[in-house]
Amino acid sequence: MNIVVLVKQVPDSGAERTLSQADHTLDREDAELVLDEINERAAEEALTLKETTDAHVTVVSMGPDSALDAIRKVLAMGADRGIHICDDRLRGADVLTTAKVLAAAVRTMEDVDLVLAGDATTDGQASAVPAVVADLLGLPQVTHVRKLDVDLDEDAGRVRAERETEDGESTLDAPMPALVSVTEKINEPRYPSFKGIMAAKKKPVDTVDLDDLFPDGDEAGFLVSRTRVVEAVPRPPRTAGTRVTDDGSAGRQLAAYLIAQKLV
Amino acid sequence: MPEVLVLVDHDGERVNKATYELLAAARRLGDPAAVVVGIPGTATRLTESLARHGATSILVAESTDVAQFLVTPAVDALELAVRETAAAAVLVSATTDGREVAGRLAARLDAGLLVDAVDLDSSGLVTQIVFGGSYTVRSQVTHGIPVIAVRPGAFEPEEHPGEAGRRELTLPPIAPAASARITARRAAPAGDRPGLTEATVVVSGGRGVAGADGFKVVEELADALGGAVGASRAAVDAGYYPHQYQVGQTGKTVSPQLYIALGISGAIQHLAGMQTSKTILAVNKDPEAPILGLADYGVVGDLFSVAPQLTQEMAARRAAN
Ligand SMILES: Cc1cc2nc3c(=O)[nH]c(=O)nc-3n(C[C@H](O)[C@H](O)[C@H](O)COP(=O)(O)OP(=O)(O)OC[C@H]3O[C@@H](n4cnc5c(N)ncnc54)[C@H](O)[C@@H]3O)c2cc1C
Ligand SMILES: Nc1ncnc2c1ncn2[C@@H]1O[C@H](COP(=O)(O)O)[C@@H](O)[C@H]1O
Repeated sequence: MNIVVLVKQVPDSGAERTLSQADHTLDREDAELVLDEINERAAEEALTLKETTDAHVTVVSMGPDSALDAIRKVLAMGADRGIHICDDRLRGADVLTTAKVLAAAVRTMEDVDLVLAGDATTDGQASAVPAVVADLLGLPQVTHVRKLDVDLDEDAGRVRAERETEDGESTLDAPMPALVSVTEKINEPRYPSFKGIMAAKKKPVDTVDLDDLFPDGDEAGFLVSRTRVVEAVPRPPRTAGTRVTDDGSAGRQLAAYLIAQKLV
Repeated sequence: MPEVLVLVDHDGERVNKATYELLAAARRLGDPAAVVVGIPGTATRLTESLARHGATSILVAESTDVAQFLVTPAVDALELAVRETAAAAVLVSATTDGREVAGRLAARLDAGLLVDAVDLDSSGLVTQIVFGGSYTVRSQVTHGIPVIAVRPGAFEPEEHPGEAGRRELTLPPIAPAASARITARRAAPAGDRPGLTEATVVVSGGRGVAGADGFKVVEELADALGGAVGASRAAVDAGYYPHQYQVGQTGKTVSPQLYIALGISGAIQHLAGMQTSKTILAVNKDPEAPILGLADYGVVGDLFSVAPQLTQEMAARRAAN
């Protein structure tokens, strides 16, 4: 079985994130960059399948030079090879362009059975890239999955999954090849071992650009974004209001506050 | 006026409140045309309430299959509707499904996509709040028909009664190799509480609630205030409360009139999901907890004595009225 995992490098959500004043894109210069937490779990799911089904795992990331670190981390966790899509022309790519480029990278591989992704990133938070990739590749979208079963006995294989959203839970069934996105609750990702980190240095990583992925593309016609940020304004931080220490009557004081503020 | 397509979110019987919000938002751009995707008979049940909230036409895409397949029927229906109308824009609720529908539709139309709009004006300028509430951004679609996913709760539903003409759309057959089938559904136990993202009051519990039993205290306060219940990731991970209710960066983003945090420290990833709330109340034992640094009203105290007292006060007030 061949599995592709889509991973993105993002600024650490625990630190302050800023937008560049020049073009309103994310300031990557000062940010501490990490492998996004949820797609780390997609990688974990791929590696679990590698152990049980002898799968081959390719990790794909679109991003600047630094994104290679994210790829190396997944290789150190146990993936077999990497594809790094790196092209200055992709700076500021929108959801569609990101998905088109990722879909094109998947198309360069033969016999892909499963494309795995996180269900949301902590920076863009569109939560739409996996569904768009599925649309472009004509794959069933099995998204927001907290439990995944892959059944290789049937024809080309089937996936069965538990999906979780604000509406509740549902069970999904789809033929393979399929695209699966996972939630943060699906598993606990492993840490790369020292041996894994050493081995990762020797694993192959192909670096590709737009000309490799779209050899017939006419450059003038390549749209990087179909939207434009007109203005980005930092929001003033919130400040504390009233503060009390409970003396046995704080609940009543809160009630009085809510009534005075006409909140109830 | 040009038509603006609105994807109707419904449970087969009733239109969800977020759709009325979309209809109000759509009226800023043109005449709202409601697109109903459902099993045969659905649109008839929804027409009256859609017309009352400003839909000037109803585009009906009904088939026995649609409820069985994930996301694709709605994308097919909207794509058809766009091709058959001169739609100026498409609005969808920024729910889990809605974001996916919007993304796939934008891809098929090669059109600009804006997700999680909290405001929009008649020129199509969209306001978004990004990075967990740290920036307000205004953006515009520069290519194709704008596809906009609107944050539930960002607009007020408006009554705007009128006649809504009906048009049928013929959905293409489902491609089984490209679609995921829904074989079972277990609806979130809705009870009488409002949805987390639409509620005007949200009461959330954190690790300080110390167990699934402890969440009764949170639920009772939410019920006394007519609010929804939320939870921090620590509370969800510890199994105190189900994942659907997680508030924060990797959970839901909420922006209610009133947010009450019980036993939540206020980590940056939690704040990312609630710091645009109008008023924030917090109860925490630890005077150093970051949440107290931004609460409009902060109580240093034990949630197990403060919250029940507040619940009681609210119940007494209700009884007196
Ligand atoms: C990538 C990433 C994504 C994340 N996404 C989210 C997310 O979506 N949502 C989220 O919430 N977190 C998220 N987190 C986790 C976040 O960093 C915190 O770990 C989490 O929010 C802590 O939850 P908590 O406040 O309930 O627990 P704690 O930080 O343990 O705080 C518990 C608080 O309860 C107080 N307390 C204890 N007992 C009582 C009592 N009897 N009465 C009153 N107060 C009491 C304590 O003083 C303490 O302040 C994410 C983290 C990462 C790295
Ligand atoms: N630049 C990228 N490179 C590789 N994968 C990506 C990229 N952007 C998004 N993804 C994948 O899509 C998922 C959801 O992203 P998003 O739709 O942006 O919230 C991520 O968890 C990744 O698996």
